[in-house]
Amino acid sequence: MGADSLLDIQNLKLDLPDGRRLLEGVSFQVQAGEALGVVGESGSGKSLTAMSVMGLLPGLRASGQIVFAGQDLVGLPDKSMRKLRGAGIAMIFQDPMTAFLPVRSIGAQIDEQIRLHQPLSRREARARTVQLLGRMGVPDPVMAAKRYPHQLSGGLRQRAMIAMALSCSPDLLIADEPTTALDVTVQAQILTLLREIRDEGAGVMLITHDMGVVAQACTHVAVMYSGLVVERGPVRDVLDRPLHPYTQALLAAIPPLEGPRPERLPTIPGQPPTPENRPSGCVFAPRCSFVRPDCAVRPALIETEEGRRVACVLYAA
Amino acid sequence: MIAALLSRIGQMALVIFGISVLVFCIFFATPGADPTARIAGRGASPQVMERVRAEYGFDRPLPVQYVRMMEKLFVSRDLTSFVNHGQKVVPEVASAAPVTLSLVVWAAFFWVAGSLGIGIVSAVMRDSWVDRFLMVLGLIGLSMPVFWLGEVVNLFTQSRWHDTWMFRWVPPLGYVPLTENPLGWARSLLLPSLTLAVSFMGLYARILRSELLSAMGEDSIRTARAKGAGPARVWLWHGLRLSWLSYVSLFGLDFAQLLGGGALLTEVVFALPGVGRLTYQALATLDLPLIMATVMYAAIFVVIANALVDGIYTLLDPRIREGQHGR
Repeated sequence: MGADSLLDIQNLKLDLPDGRRLLEGVSFQVQAGEALGVVGESGSGKSLTAMSVMGLLPGLRASGQIVFAGQDLVGLPDKSMRKLRGAGIAMIFQDPMTAFLPVRSIGAQIDEQIRLHQPLSRREARARTVQLLGRMGVPDPVMAAKRYPHQLSGGLRQRAMIAMALSCSPDLLIADEPTTALDVTVQAQILTLLREIRDEGAGVMLITHDMGVVAQACTHVAVMYSGLVVERGPVRDVLDRPLHPYTQALLAAIPPLEGPRPERLPTIPGQPPTPENRPSGCVFAPRCSFVRPDCAVRPALIETEEGRRVACVLYAA
Repeated sequence: MIAALLSRIGQMALVIFGISVLVFCIFFATPGADPTARIAGRGASPQVMERVRAEYGFDRPLPVQYVRMMEKLFVSRDLTSFVNHGQKVVPEVASAAPVTLSLVVWAAFFWVAGSLGIGIVSAVMRDSWVDRFLMVLGLIGLSMPVFWLGEVVNLFTQSRWHDTWMFRWVPPLGYVPLTENPLGWARSLLLPSLTLAVSFMGLYARILRSELLSAMGEDSIRTARAKGAGPARVWLWHGLRLSWLSYVSLFGLDFAQLLGGGALLTEVVFALPGVGRLTYQALATLDLPLIMATVMYAAIFVVIANALVDGIYTLLDPRIREGQHGR
């Protein structure tokens, strides 16, 4: 890993203007043709990380490095950032109902993105839009482009959203909980779409709290907790052999598909810390069952084996 | 579609009928409003009173009088004033209408342009001193009574500073028809329409600012940014698109009520012979036919504007077309 990564986030910190720290140093990479699943509880900073990559967090101070295709995005002027948004990096949002402008047809909104980045005529843009919608499996794409968001079903809306995100062939696609608002069958179709996009060579960063989604659609996974990445590695390794106690607890909380149903699902006691009372040592220590005195010093994210990193004293050399 | 249109027209007719009945009843319930005494003149003999009463039909039951008045107003259009004998009220209103229309169109132009500018600038620069200054300015404009402002404008432009370079161009109070002298028309209406526009400008700017700011928090605006749209495009194309619904509906109703005579105070202060001033005269002399004519005229405008606003609403927001507003 290193220079050839599509997206290389190094020690990204994010502060509120009043000094509270929302992200405590997030580091991970996304390679072209890979899908990185970013998982964690609500408030762990997954979406904030994504929004910082997009540069959509005015009013928050970011420090560290977000290197996209050789260019550091932290502190990049908005004008240069604007050229990247939508063209180099595109984003899919959680709820396609509210993410589309309700008062314009979805075709017009996709056309707009195409025309923002490419010198195409209205007609050419629309032809491209229809083609994209068709590729996303939207039936009757010519008519669908003329419909308003509220006239489409949730699954079609999310397909349209993905069509819009892909309209300028981005190198990196960020999907912020793209399937949370959808039912399970539609969810599977959307994940298949995401896999196809990845197979075509784009990098995908998939934010979710659903381990099942990660298993289906991702090649790598980064587990976030309280503004930090606590573990990351290839999906199969992490899901089969979780190292960090938090990842272990997360995976244990998934009900088993086979065998007797447990009386109660194991849960993680306590609440994740808020930015104000985040411990100075290991952020997970207060809820961890393996807590030891040396957890008072925050462990670094160290490499334990090829491609796997974990931030826990249990694996310190 | 046609059924909806018919039911809409039926509703409109019902509203206008209700208003006319109300005005009619209130007039005859007003003490001292007896039209017989006014028409017959001061100190008329009982015989003359009796004759007038019979001639004008005041001895008939009220419903009959109402129907006859409506028939004269809408069908034969020869309803005459009770105060100025022989003066027909329908042509009176018709000749006053262009004055009011000119005034209100000018004012609407000023207040829409002004409030768009002020509203957008203060929303973009929210919580800065510019925003605070503009909003205080808007509040001042909003709370200045239009008759007072008009008198102050007159005081300065007609007498105190009239002979300075600033206001030498101001014509004397009154109206110049457009067909007669277009430049004079514009000149005679500039100050009245600005005066009328001030309070609306303040109100509309404040409404637009708050609507725009709440719209900017929507997810779809975040999407617009994520698409790579620049700030101007995000604010004007996406933000305004989401926030001008209440602005447009408010505008439709205000515009209509002004056309219908709501600019009464401005017209009186600037001596413009418009519908508002006619209404004022009619009320001052308790002249039922003229009151009826001006009120009906206003009611028709407001009712039509209401229907138009509803129509425009569905154009602006496709969600309303299917009756499922909300998200």
